[in-house]
Amino acid sequence: MVKEKVIEILAEYKDCAPEEIDASQSFEELKLDSLDTVEIVMNLEEAFDIELKITEDLKTVQDVIEAIEKLV
Amino acid sequence: MSLAITGTGSSLPALCITNDDISKILDTSHEWIASRTGIEARHICEHGLTETAVQAAANALIDAGRAASELDYILCATMSPDYVTPALACLIQQAIGASCPALDINAACSGFLYGLDVASGLFASGRASRILLVAAESMSSTVDWTKRDVSVLFGDGAGAVVLEKGNDLLAIRVGATGKADPLYMQRQSSNCPFVPRREGDGYLHMDGREIYRFAVSAMVRDIEYVLADAGILAEQVDYVLPHQANVRILEAAAKKLPIAPEKFLNNMRTTGNTSAASIPILLDEARKANKIQAGQILVMSAFGAGLTTGACIIKWSKH
Repeated sequence: MVKEKVIEILAEYKDCAPEEIDASQSFEELKLDSLDTVEIVMNLEEAFDIELKITEDLKTVQDVIEAIEKLV
Repeated sequence: MSLAITGTGSSLPALCITNDDISKILDTSHEWIASRTGIEARHICEHGLTETAVQAAANALIDAGRAASELDYILCATMSPDYVTPALACLIQQAIGASCPALDINAACSGFLYGLDVASGLFASGRASRILLVAAESMSSTVDWTKRDVSVLFGDGAGAVVLEKGNDLLAIRVGATGKADPLYMQRQSSNCPFVPRREGDGYLHMDGREIYRFAVSAMVRDIEYVLADAGILAEQVDYVLPHQANVRILEAAAKKLPIAPEKFLNNMRTTGNTSAASIPILLDEARKANKIQAGQILVMSAFGAGLTTGACIIKWSKH
């Protein structure tokens, strides 16, 4: 559930199809820089109504999914 | 009755440093800096900030058709003056030959909005009828030039406005959250022998990601607030003059606001982030480009260390 929504929000940000995003990919592999990451985190916070701490540990899509799963 | 902006002026020091110039001394590149910030060059004061601030002030007085002797107050927004004391406002006063009270305001990058708020209070209380508000920064003197994360972002410059009684200011909101960690600069430790040395290194430190997040949400919140407070609809806005910190912040905020992205003016490509000076420099450049006309609705929005924020709505009246 969280995974699908995260990928959907990422796909919307990148303006691509959700199928093009694999959870094991890093933000770097998705061609997203540190400021893209911040903006995506802001969009995720809004969508899930949570507060996410932005740390160096959030490297892959899976890292973000796991961080959100702990909060919802 | 609030206030009217009756003159604008700006000044950028002659020395211009490009991203390529910085790439020669730090491990970075034009592409890296430009894609993450929108900045390609910035100006740097070679002989201190005061002369740049004085030039901007003089230009604003000429534009307003006013003499320094007619001023009731000089306010100067700065966090990077040449002197801790006297205030930069006093140095400007001496240089232009004014004799009114003069003081500095430190609200970091929100300083120009704080200056407008203080000025509107002075008008409202009847203490002043003509105020010179200068915003001037020498950010190049605050950053650690051995580190690439912060030094590439900033630039030096000054902007000024002459304020008189009028009805331009339709709404203003300033705020602060009292949070130092994400953006701060401590003074270097003194040599007082009776106390342990403090840790301050005298450099500006910034958590870029935290500030980015704060900036986008603060801009959206404050602009929505002042629009509602002034009873102005988003489609009535002619231009947004945002603090020039990072083009990506503006794009992110524009996406979340009902105002067309092309209405967000920006000049940071050639100025970098000039802190409090960014909005009055942008305003003066927009006027010189004949963008600003009487009757237009302008939105200003800023955010900075403190963490401070400010936004206002101006109905431009000067022909």
